[in-house]
Amino acid sequence: MKLIAKPSKENIKTYVPIGLSLVFLSFFDVFTNAFFNYNLMAFLPSQLSYFLPLLLGFFGFYLIRIEFSGVRSLDLLNKNINSNNFNAFLTLLTVFIIIKSIPPLLNWFIFEANFVGDSKDDCTGNGACWVFIKVWFNRFMYGLYPDAEQWRINTAFLILFAVVGISFFVKEKLKKYFILFLIFVYPFLGIELISGGNFGLKYVETAAWGGLSLTFIISAFAILFCFPIGVFLALGRRSSLPAIRYISIGFIELWRGVPLITVLFMSAVMFPMFLPDGTFIDKLIRVLIAITLFEAAYMAEVVRGGLQALPKGQYEAARSLGMGYWKMNLLIILPQALKLVIPGIANTLLALVKDTPLIFVVGLMELAGMIGLAKTNPKWLGMAMEGYVFAGLVFWIICYAMSRYSQNLEKKLSTER
Amino acid sequence: MIFKKFNIENKKARDLIPQAITVLALLSVIIYFATNAQINMGNRGISFGFGFLNQEASFDITFSMIEYDGSRSYGRAFLVGLLNTILVSAIGIFFATIAGVIVGVSRLSDNYLIAKVAEWYVEIFRNIPLILQIFFWYFAALRALPLPENGISFNDISFLTIKGWYVPKFIWTNFNIFLLSVIAAFIAIYFVNSYATKQREQFGKQLPTTTMSLSTLILVPLITFLFFGVSLTFEYPVLKQLSPTVYTYEGGVSIIPELIALALALSMYTATFIAENVRAGILGVSKGQKEAAASIGLNKNQILKLVVMPQALRIIIPPTTNQYLNLTKNSSLAAAIAYPDIVLVFAGTALMQTGRAIEIISITMLTYLTLSISISIFMNWYNKKMAIKEK
Repeated sequence: MKLIAKPSKENIKTYVPIGLSLVFLSFFDVFTNAFFNYNLMAFLPSQLSYFLPLLLGFFGFYLIRIEFSGVRSLDLLNKNINSNNFNAFLTLLTVFIIIKSIPPLLNWFIFEANFVGDSKDDCTGNGACWVFIKVWFNRFMYGLYPDAEQWRINTAFLILFAVVGISFFVKEKLKKYFILFLIFVYPFLGIELISGGNFGLKYVETAAWGGLSLTFIISAFAILFCFPIGVFLALGRRSSLPAIRYISIGFIELWRGVPLITVLFMSAVMFPMFLPDGTFIDKLIRVLIAITLFEAAYMAEVVRGGLQALPKGQYEAARSLGMGYWKMNLLIILPQALKLVIPGIANTLLALVKDTPLIFVVGLMELAGMIGLAKTNPKWLGMAMEGYVFAGLVFWIICYAMSRYSQNLEKKLSTER
Repeated sequence: MIFKKFNIENKKARDLIPQAITVLALLSVIIYFATNAQINMGNRGISFGFGFLNQEASFDITFSMIEYDGSRSYGRAFLVGLLNTILVSAIGIFFATIAGVIVGVSRLSDNYLIAKVAEWYVEIFRNIPLILQIFFWYFAALRALPLPENGISFNDISFLTIKGWYVPKFIWTNFNIFLLSVIAAFIAIYFVNSYATKQREQFGKQLPTTTMSLSTLILVPLITFLFFGVSLTFEYPVLKQLSPTVYTYEGGVSIIPELIALALALSMYTATFIAENVRAGILGVSKGQKEAAASIGLNKNQILKLVVMPQALRIIIPPTTNQYLNLTKNSSLAAAIAYPDIVLVFAGTALMQTGRAIEIISITMLTYLTLSISISIFMNWYNKKMAIKEK
């Protein structure tokens, strides 16, 4: 039994307008429903009006599904979202869910949210209370660092950004000096500036450091140290000397087998037991060592992947030129191997940044920790949603930018092989 | 002069020196730490040993799969924590795999919208730290649920409230017989499948293995219900008033919000990585394989089942193993929201009470190492089974 003729090129003139208007009607109905809370199909029985947009849209999509119609945009539409009944159904469902979820989200984020004020009482709407973020913003960025000294953190980061920014524009020859400065001079300069104690700068203990700046400090130092250690471990794991190989394997597998949180626990409660009585190592430094060693093990595995992927001929060629072990690795093997595993390195660094919030275990508070502190403040109870949405956005922007940058780097450095 | 001679002519000695230096350095660090630890423990009046595991724990645990109360030993508390870790990891792995496969396949969908939505799902959930996601679900999303007296009801048999998710409890009679029948069904399926493989390889006959396996799995346990006195009843949660304002549910099983938040965050986060693996695996099967399969007359399902999937799985399994391991390790973030896993119960509460840092941290780390190694051994075995058997 066929009620209507199959859509084809012959009846394109009648079917496409009807189909398109049906699809449009279904979208429009859901749209008015979601945005203006007005139901176009209210005159119908409630259960029917609920499914009507779906039925209308489905039938509309069926009518416009004409193969090789000759109309380019229609063919493109059919190919991309309307290739068969199942796809049409999925398309409708996706569009409906997106349309339905926009108004509540917009209301919460913007229209019913509160932006002005300086206490919880100023938040009267049903939406988000961005006042919370505004009032606590300073703490979220700098932790408990004294307000008067915060320019030091800003300066440290400004110098970093300036140096990195300039290094993009200078000539290739000068670039290496910038990199050397960043690796060997800047870390001491930055720490001196932030920690203080000399040159008339007030000493600020590490317990007061916190917020997003601490996330950056820990990430930067851990990246700086974990990379060379990881490369050494990778070389060690591929060494022909059995003692070095087995020690490297044991070290790598030990760290990779346990969660970071237990490593941090270890650095907090177990490590002091291993030091002579009375010696005290700063909490931040202990955490840095723990994170660095942990991520170095992952870095080692990534680098090993690159080393293994290199053809044997590269080693043999380097050897036949009379190069020794270190010369061969530094000049021939590592530059190629590291280039091969840029995505892996980027993923490890990304994981490192994403792991920094875990330092709450030892009582250090970066962004997520500060939000935890702020939301338990008696004056600001019930602000968890705003806090974590904000932190999520900040971390998302950082991590997404990093992953995009690594993809670009990968494309730029990829050489034809 | 002497040094040069020694260097060139005696390769064995040349290799020995760096190794000896490394080993000696490592040993001296270990000895240094050990002596310090001994002195420190001596000062505090504790001696190294695992005897404390038999002492009374005297703390309570909010959620436990085995019988536990404060009068049990630290060893028992460790077991409770371990089981809770395994529980949340298993739930996480199960849902992460399902969601990961769906998202991964969706990313390759020829429907532009679906592919885009899947892509953004991956981009969003992969780039937010897991701990923040756990916090979000636990402190923000699940706290918005209603109180018990107006909990969200699913057909009056299950209730979702701020205090947890109350689900019916299964009450079995003769559960052992049922369990045996399920095991028997699996064994039968194994033999049927190997028989079918033989038939296919020797005579080119296609047996409907999927239908046969499924019907065996359903029918065999069903028979036990009819003939062997197995029966299943449910105990539904019922709302009960404790005081004028406080309500709670009685009966049934309560799934605590910590477990829900943790399982949700773990599976949504890990699903993004599994999705990428699945996508890479399917893309990794070359087009020629599908064309070759079509040209020898296989239909679409056969191509998928016999040609594409076996090859795609080979690419998917190794990185997915890593993700399972990561999920298990990440489940330790439970400590942040007070889900009583091994880190919170053992490395947290028990350590605080006994002060035995070295023993407890070592046990905890060893446990995770064992879990990791056992998962990777199992997956290596599976991987080997799936690998190409080259002639």
